[in-house]
Amino acid sequence: MANSTTDKKVLPAEPVSMMAVVAPAVGWLIPGCGHIIQKRWIRGGLLFISIATLFLLGLAMQGRIYRANGGDILDILGFIGDVGAGGFYIITLAMDWGQGAIAFATADYGTKFMIVAGLLNFIAVADAYHIAIGKKQ
Amino acid sequence: MDAVTITLNHFSAAAVFALFASIVFGITHRETTREMVRYGLYCFAMFLGGVLVAGWAMWVLRR
Repeated sequence: MANSTTDKKVLPAEPVSMMAVVAPAVGWLIPGCGHIIQKRWIRGGLLFISIATLFLLGLAMQGRIYRANGGDILDILGFIGDVGAGGFYIITLAMDWGQGAIAFATADYGTKFMIVAGLLNFIAVADAYHIAIGKKQ
Repeated sequence: MDAVTITLNHFSAAAVFALFASIVFGITHRETTREMVRYGLYCFAMFLGGVLVAGWAMWVLRR
C-alpha cells in the first residue's frame, strides 16, 4: 500500500510560557521592565530612561494627553500612541495632567514627545516578547 | 506649586527626540551589543541629518 501523500507531520504547538505573557504586560506598564525581569538589566534600564524621559519632557513642555473619548481620527491615533506609555499614561490621567497649553509654541512638541514615547514602548514590548519566546537573545 | 515648564528650541527638541528614539531603535532592532551601538548611532545620524536636510529644503522653498 502506497503511503498517502497527504500525510503531514504535525508538530506539537509550543506551549505559551508564563514569561511570554508577563514580560510584555509588565513592559507595557513600566517601560523597560519586560527586559529587566528577563535579566536584561542594561537594555531595560536604557529603555526605561529613554521612554520615561521622552514622556516626562513632553509633559513638562505642556503637551496634551489624548483621552479615549472618540473624536476625530487624529484624536484616536493620538490616544493609541499615548496609551502605549502604560503606567505613565495612567498616572497622567489620574493626576489630570497633560491639559496642553496653546500659549506655548513648544507644547505641540510636547504632545508629539508623549505620543512617540508610547509608540517606542510598543516596540520595546514586542522586543521583550521576542526575548521571552527565545526568538532573540 | 507651579507646574514645571521646559522650553526647548526646535533643534534641541529634534536632538533630544533623535537621541532617545535612536537608543530604543538600537536596542530593539539588533542582537549583539556592538550591532546595537552601531545601529543606534546610525539612526541618530539619520535623524539629525534628516532634520538638517529638511530645514534647508524648507529654506530653499521659501526663497
